[in-house]
This record gives sequence, C-alpha cells and structure tokens, in this order.
Amino acid sequence: MILLKRLCVTFLSLCIIGCASIPAGSEPSPHDPWESFNRSVFSFNEGLDEYLLKPITKGYRFILPKPAQQGIDNFFGNYRDIYTSVNNLLQGNVSMAFSDLMRVVVNTIFGLGGFIDMATPGGLEKHKADFGQTFGVWGIPPGPYVVLPFFGPSNVRDTFGTAADLETDYLFRLLPDVALRNSLTGLRIVNARNNYYEAGDLLEGAAIDKYTFTRDAYIQRRQYQIDQAKEGKEPALPVYENP
Amino acid sequence: MKTAFLSFFAFLLSGAIGIASAQNAPDPNTPDGLIKMIVADVMASVKADPEIQKGNIPRVVDLVEKKIVPYTDMRRTTQLAMGRNWSKASPEQQTQLIAEFKSLLIRTYSGVLSQLRDQTVQYKPFRANPSDTDVIVRTVVIGKSDPIPLDYRLEKTNDGWKVYDVNIMGAWLIEAYRNQFTNQISQNGVDGLIKFLQERNAMLAGKK
Repeated sequence: MILLKRLCVTFLSLCIIGCASIPAGSEPSPHDPWESFNRSVFSFNEGLDEYLLKPITKGYRFILPKPAQQGIDNFFGNYRDIYTSVNNLLQGNVSMAFSDLMRVVVNTIFGLGGFIDMATPGGLEKHKADFGQTFGVWGIPPGPYVVLPFFGPSNVRDTFGTAADLETDYLFRLLPDVALRNSLTGLRIVNARNNYYEAGDLLEGAAIDKYTFTRDAYIQRRQYQIDQAKEGKEPALPVYENP
Repeated sequence: MKTAFLSFFAFLLSGAIGIASAQNAPDPNTPDGLIKMIVADVMASVKADPEIQKGNIPRVVDLVEKKIVPYTDMRRTTQLAMGRNWSKASPEQQTQLIAEFKSLLIRTYSGVLSQLRDQTVQYKPFRANPSDTDVIVRTVVIGKSDPIPLDYRLEKTNDGWKVYDVNIMGAWLIEAYRNQFTNQISQNGVDGLIKFLQERNAMLAGKK
C-alpha cells in the first residue's frame, strides 16, 4: 500500500510536468472536463500495459495450461463473490446477496476452495458488484470521468468505490506471510489482465480513438450496471437524434 | 431469497445436469423469436465447424454474412452513429461508410464467434407491446468467466424485424462510436473517416 502511494505520487508529479494534449478538433465531452489530464494518465497506463503487464500475461498464458488458468480465475472469482454478496446486500438486493453467499459456500466446500466453479452449472448465477456500483445505487452521481493510474477508467464516485474495495480487502491483507501475499497480489493482477486479453486485442482493432472508445463505453457500462442493480428498473436506452 | 433456495435445491436434485426444458420452436416474426433463432443457428454452426473453431477467419466472416447480416440494418446503424454528420455525407460517401463500418464490425467481432464453445444464452423476460416498433431483446451469455450481458435493439421494417444496435457488457455500439466518428470527421472530414476505416480494415485483413 505504501509502495502504491509512493508510485502514485511519483506518477502524479510526472503528469503535471507533461499533460497530453487533446487531439485538435476533438469535441469536448460534457462528462470529461479533465480530458487533457486523463489522456496523459491513459497513455501512461497504455505504456505500462504494453511493456510490462501484457508481456507478463502473454508468458503466463504460454506457460500455464488453460484449465490451470481457469482454476486460478475461479479461485479469485470465488473470493470476489464474498464482496459481491456484501455489495448486493448494501444495494438492497437481498436475494442476490444470498445467492452469492451460497455460491461462495458451494464453491469453497465442493469446489476445492474455489478452484472449481460448481455453483454456476448448478444454477447459481455469478454476479459482480463493487462499492462504486453500490454508491451509484444509493443515488450518488458519478461526477466527471477520471482515468486512474494503474486502475484505468473511473469517475469521481468510482474512485471512492475503488478505494473502498481496496480498503475492505481484508482477507488478503491479513495474510501473515509477506512474500505469499505479494505473490498472490501479483497473480491476481495477471489473472485480471488475462481475463480481457482477447477483448483488449479486439478493442485495439475496433477503436477509431481508443481513449474516446474506452471512455464512452465505461460511462455507459457503469450506468447500465447501476440501473440493473436497482430492482425492477430497466436500463435506460440511448435516444439517438434522428438526422 | 426464495429463488436462491429453490435454484440451489434444484441443483442438488438435478445433480448438476441441466434439465432440458421442452421449448417451442421460436417464431422469427417476433423480435425475441428472431434473436433466439439467429443465436441457436449461429451457435450450432460454430460448434459443428472445426475450421471456425480453429480460428479460420474467412469462414467466420462467411458465416456472419449468411446468418447474421441479413437480419441487421447496417444503414440505420451507420446513420445513427454518424448523427448530424450523416447529412453532410454525399450518397456515395454514405454507401462507402456503411460498407466500411460493417466490414470493421465483422472483422473485429468475428474472432469472438470463433471462441464459442460451451456457452449458453439466457433470455430475460421480453417486455414489449404488440404495437411497438423499436424494442430490446435482453440476453446474458453464460460461459466459464463472468456472465456477459448482450442486448439487441430491433426495429420493425417492411422487411421484418432488423437488429440495428447491440449492447455488449453494458455499452451500446452506436453510442460508443458516435463521439469517435464526430471527432474523426471534425479532424479530417467525412473522407478522412472513410480513409481511416479503409486503412484499418486493410490492416485487419492483412493480420490473418
């Protein structure tokens, strides 16, 4: 955590020195008043991914057989399910929270500590909920779009959400063995990157401007998740002006 | 709470084997029936074709052209993604834009289709009035990782229902392209956008 803070400080000072300029002719988005700053963080993250995270993930995919990767993903997914359950409860979705808790119980006991996902084929659907979503369900507006160093696309509300996610991440933090804890955190990051390995390549090909594409998709996606979490509310539809 | 309990006990009873529910054949004249038909057809085709599963992209593109494109309205998709710039484009430019945008979407998303294996598609309850002409069919793709919400927006045309927008994991395709198109056009004009799409498509075609 201290290391992370130090990295952030170094990073922020670097950013202030060189803010990336917005491409000429870009229309300013009302959701993104800090675009210039965000673009510089975005290119920092892109560089970090290109030269560090993606090559590591590539090696991970090469060395580890698919079922092992799946098992590791299931293990971290099972751990995440605890927090999904807590957040669903905080959002007032009691039945979902219960189903998520049931997932953890089933997968921990019958799925060898979470390495096998027995709950999904058994009809207990996997969900995903975090604190940013919970704050959104409580009615806190997203605020301007922010790109966080290391964590990527966010907004003001979700930045607090991410902080709460990290702050409540007790189980890993309580591991007494520092080396084990750090390896697990590293593995967790590589696993997360691995999950969107193909999607990342797809985005590379599909995007006209990756920054704008990522931003507009993120803003929509978060609103969609929050709308869905509010019981009985259908996610809002975009209204396209008819030319 | 009750549903969670029930589904858990159903799981115990069924011994983790999915119970095949007797389903009526979907009616392609209704929006949800049409989507069910397309999805079932495409999934069966992918699973039956080892070439596609190996990632033979021309085969996937062929499948998309035959089994998906006829049920879409790319003209409307492109038009809405262009927004107010649409009327600035000449009819020839419009035709080019539709063709290039379609090609970009097919090329980028065909890779996903080749990875279909044991995914199942769950349909959410379809809510629409019989008189509606603009509707949403909501689905969730359940695979080994997190479930992926996948929604289709359809409009009623003289030629039956046509898909003109899709929502992948919470983001609508048209909405995700609108600002990108606007920016590219204000930087390089309509021709600049066409040129960009042509170059990108050529690059993607050269990759595999």
